[in-house]
Amino acid sequence: MAVLDSKTPAGPIDKKWTQHKNDINVVNPANKRLIDVIVVGTGLAGASAAATLAELGYKVKAFCYQDSPRRAHSIAAQGGINAAKNYQGDNDSTYRLFYDTVKGGDYRSRESNVYRLAEVSANIIDQCVAQGVPFAREYGGLLDNRSFGGVLVSRTFYAKGQTGQQLLLGAYSAMNRQIGMGRIEQFNRHEMLDVVVVDGKARGIIARDLVSGKIERHGAHAVLICSGGYGNVFFLSTNAMGSNVTAAWKIHKRGAYFANPCYTQIHPTCIPRSGEHQSKLTLMSESLRNDGRIWVPAKKEDAEAIRTGKLKPTDLKEEDRDYYLERRYPSFGNLVPRDVASRAAKERCDAGFGVNKTGEAVYLDFDAAITRYGHEKALVDGIHDASEQKIRELGEAVIESKYGNLFQMYEKIVDQNPYKTPMMIYPAVHYTMGGVWVDYNLMTTIPGCYALGEANFSDHGANRLGASALMQGLADGYFVIPYTIGDYLGDEIRTGPIPTDSPEFDAAEKEVTGQLNKLLGIQGKHSVDHFHKRLGKVMWDKVGMARNAKGLNEAIEEIKQIRKEFWEDVRIPGSSNELNPELEKAGRVADFLELGELFARDALERNESCGGHFREESQTEEGEALRDDKNFSYVAAWEYTGEPSKAILHKEELEFKDIELKQRSYK
Amino acid sequence: MDLNLKVWRQKNATEKGALKDYAIKEVSPDSSFLEMLDLLNDQLIESGEDPVAFDHDCREGICGSCSLYVNGEAHGPSRAITTCQLHMRSFKDGDTIYIEPFRAKAFPVIKDLVVDRSSFDRIQQAGGFISVNTSGNTQDANALPIPKADADKAFDAATCIGCGACVATCKNASAMLFVSAKVSQFSLLPQGKVEAKSRALNMVHQMDLEGFGNCTNTGACEVECPKGISLENIARLNREFLGATITEG
Amino acid sequence: MSSQGLIKSSIGRKLWMALTGLFLVLFLVVHLAGNLQLIYGTQEGFNEYSQFMTTFPLIKITSYLLYASILLHAVDGFMLARSNRAARPVRYAMNKPGENSSWASRSMALLGTITLVFLIIHMKSFWYVMHFGNIPMDANGMKDLYSITIAAFENPLYSLLYVICMIALGFHLSHGIQSAFQTLGLNHPGYTPGIKKFGSIFAWLMSGLFALIPIWIYLT
Repeated sequence: MAVLDSKTPAGPIDKKWTQHKNDINVVNPANKRLIDVIVVGTGLAGASAAATLAELGYKVKAFCYQDSPRRAHSIAAQGGINAAKNYQGDNDSTYRLFYDTVKGGDYRSRESNVYRLAEVSANIIDQCVAQGVPFAREYGGLLDNRSFGGVLVSRTFYAKGQTGQQLLLGAYSAMNRQIGMGRIEQFNRHEMLDVVVVDGKARGIIARDLVSGKIERHGAHAVLICSGGYGNVFFLSTNAMGSNVTAAWKIHKRGAYFANPCYTQIHPTCIPRSGEHQSKLTLMSESLRNDGRIWVPAKKEDAEAIRTGKLKPTDLKEEDRDYYLERRYPSFGNLVPRDVASRAAKERCDAGFGVNKTGEAVYLDFDAAITRYGHEKALVDGIHDASEQKIRELGEAVIESKYGNLFQMYEKIVDQNPYKTPMMIYPAVHYTMGGVWVDYNLMTTIPGCYALGEANFSDHGANRLGASALMQGLADGYFVIPYTIGDYLGDEIRTGPIPTDSPEFDAAEKEVTGQLNKLLGIQGKHSVDHFHKRLGKVMWDKVGMARNAKGLNEAIEEIKQIRKEFWEDVRIPGSSNELNPELEKAGRVADFLELGELFARDALERNESCGGHFREESQTEEGEALRDDKNFSYVAAWEYTGEPSKAILHKEELEFKDIELKQRSYK
Repeated sequence: MDLNLKVWRQKNATEKGALKDYAIKEVSPDSSFLEMLDLLNDQLIESGEDPVAFDHDCREGICGSCSLYVNGEAHGPSRAITTCQLHMRSFKDGDTIYIEPFRAKAFPVIKDLVVDRSSFDRIQQAGGFISVNTSGNTQDANALPIPKADADKAFDAATCIGCGACVATCKNASAMLFVSAKVSQFSLLPQGKVEAKSRALNMVHQMDLEGFGNCTNTGACEVECPKGISLENIARLNREFLGATITEG
Repeated sequence: MSSQGLIKSSIGRKLWMALTGLFLVLFLVVHLAGNLQLIYGTQEGFNEYSQFMTTFPLIKITSYLLYASILLHAVDGFMLARSNRAARPVRYAMNKPGENSSWASRSMALLGTITLVFLIIHMKSFWYVMHFGNIPMDANGMKDLYSITIAAFENPLYSLLYVICMIALGFHLSHGIQSAFQTLGLNHPGYTPGIKKFGSIFAWLMSGLFALIPIWIYLT
């Protein structure tokens, strides 16, 4: 059985990474050409890792289920990327970024990993600028920053509302350079369906060519899982339709521990659900909370009248509105962290004050900002007797210049003009902090198998700060794995090519084919989505923003039941030797149905509230989250032993030597 | 709302395809176009038929996966959006809607509405990058000031999502808008100028090899581009390419 | 690959379309200036001008360049159109190109073909006759192209053909001129709207005046 050794180097925190790099193996360039590395997923982590490893000389095979690496869901990140550059001279530093990230994660992340992340963050910006990423600039030609997610400094670099896209295209271009030189072999429309472990080491994968349906064997000396998060276990999330846990779950079933599955980030500013037809949720950048005020009607009868369409939000007087974030958290107001804002919205809606048809929405109102900016602009323009209408006009123009694209997106989806009537928002599943357990080298508990980016658990603890996901993905891919992988591969230079005709490959392929045939053979009554939606509902209702032991126990049973029905009654048309999107979905949902149960178990086990995980049993008298450091200051790493209910919990105790543990407060 | 759909069905790359009629009922006007197709597929699956294959992923207009030719226009009748952002309220009860794949020799159909756009990837591999190693050991990001106007223009060109609407729309199935966006992004930035010539030459060469048509400056691509990439970029590519052709050798 | 680039690449081939096209536009200006003598000039003056245009060495050399341009523009245009057609082997069942582009811009090959056919007829009627035909002399002993032209345009069908072809030319140029600028890489947010406007005014002014000549002759 694997031992949970985080391999954190000794020494002071700011020297650990340098010292570690000095201590680990390096593979000589001639030998790198003899070594194959498989990268699964081509988002920020995967694309940057593939490009960098290929540059170093390794032979890389990269896989993505999309039709091009450029379409990975990192592309959808809007707001920005953090880096401790201190360009604004506002006293930012590596330590401050480290501190903010650990605190933001509610003291549930590994100090050494977070410090390294902060340490390499500045290099990411240098790198991206060198490869032509068009970050926003000031008139003097230098890079612009904005503040984000309730921290005290301006350290977020951005490219309008499309930072993720620009960063991914940067990494994709670095990949393209290597593909063009033949150093990366790119496999588009391929899905990894299993990892092959030989003599305890990851030695390759089984992948399915999604166009022909052919099952392929690929051998390698190391396998990198960069397949993103598992938010789609909730069915509705801001993830892409194809985002899935399959790669991470398959390695889990082969021996990789799965850490903190219950840590999920629910983002407060998403466009609410409009009906049963909905297939996905759309995020609105968190930056909106800088100017928008969040409220619900103060009286229940008003909320009801609004829900039935008898009353309009603009009809309500100031005193009939409840600006609940400003009321509850006077010092941070509308800018409390994501988890706090989300729970507060849920609390109001559960209490019957929600506003749209479904009762699950709150207002995000720009009226005050429009008036305020309008007055300022009028003064700047030298208009001293501006009419109310003129002021509104000027104010709307200011808001448009700041958030125009978001307002437009909102109007397209909801069909309401957010300049005239408040926006409606509601929290939605956005990011999963939990993931495959990795050590300091990003290696999982399967030797030779690594996990990078959102797929691993390491850096964000129980809650991720805004603009930190992009930072972590690129840090892992560009600057961490290229060093740490050498430590393992240094011993592989004499191994030679990995044969794919071994009994282990035979067995893995047989298992994969077996599952595909089994799925196709059921020929039941319901589509894959039918089961996925049911799973999502259980997850959202009982393992969502607020959790309690009773609900979690019910959820575990219900998920088991849905899983059982799925395997008896799912209907998948077509065959396995053609492009068959339903078959792809079925495999992914089958894995979600297992993960969901482990997720609920993990939430049940962690009887404390921390970050995105809120246990109703563990709250202050005022209803705020209450951490229990004495009993739960650990990483929960689950070992698979046949089925989720039999998973064994291993604990990696978290040590905080450089940061003092405090109860978060935003009051 | 009730609709009549005419959907292109094609079993695989080699078999011939045809439009097939489907009646679909009780579509919510609030649903997106792709959610309408989800509903159709649900009905097809329950009735034992093969669902319609179509590309989609992020469903928020940024990944560039969705690629439908709806009622005679790439990404449908609305402007500045992708198909996934098209909502059914843009249609009327009883409408007939044609749904076809993006059509071009360089975008062969894989199945139904799914096409192979890997030609775009190969064009990028031919030169859509700046040859800098990803070691991070470059100069400090602020060591190289870039005029805001150039940075903004480079950004506007860089917003291309590679969906292929320009090719689908162009009467010649030309990929010039796509290629010009990448060439422009880099040629506007000092980092990219170093390789500007070889980049323009190599990317255009690959574009021609892939079997795209020639640009006749109809401007249709700019109108249908979900990200509003400007024709100015095509002119810039022409300049870059012709300049490079004349000076390189 | 550079020399190849100018000949084989799509942009190189379009460069030739643009250059020859603009050269032909220049020729049209000169040609129109001469032809307007049919309206405001005299028989002698026109014939003298025709004589000059067919015999002066510099003009003769230029005219070879002109023939080459016409040929290159036509052949290159044909080849481009053919590869454009091949780039979309399966057509759309439902297509609404009118939503995003002008008819003229999409019909350059058709309009160009009409113009070419016209050119052949036109050259047969006048150019061929002037160069190789049996042509009566005027009072000054010069070839009397003036009378031949007047006679031709007194035929209403011939004049009508001429007018229709000029409309085609108008459409062709209204897109062609701005398109040539774009192909040459000359696009600027400040100037391009002006170039487009100029292109279309120029196109319709040229073709209008050319069309006016047969109409005027026919009516007088």
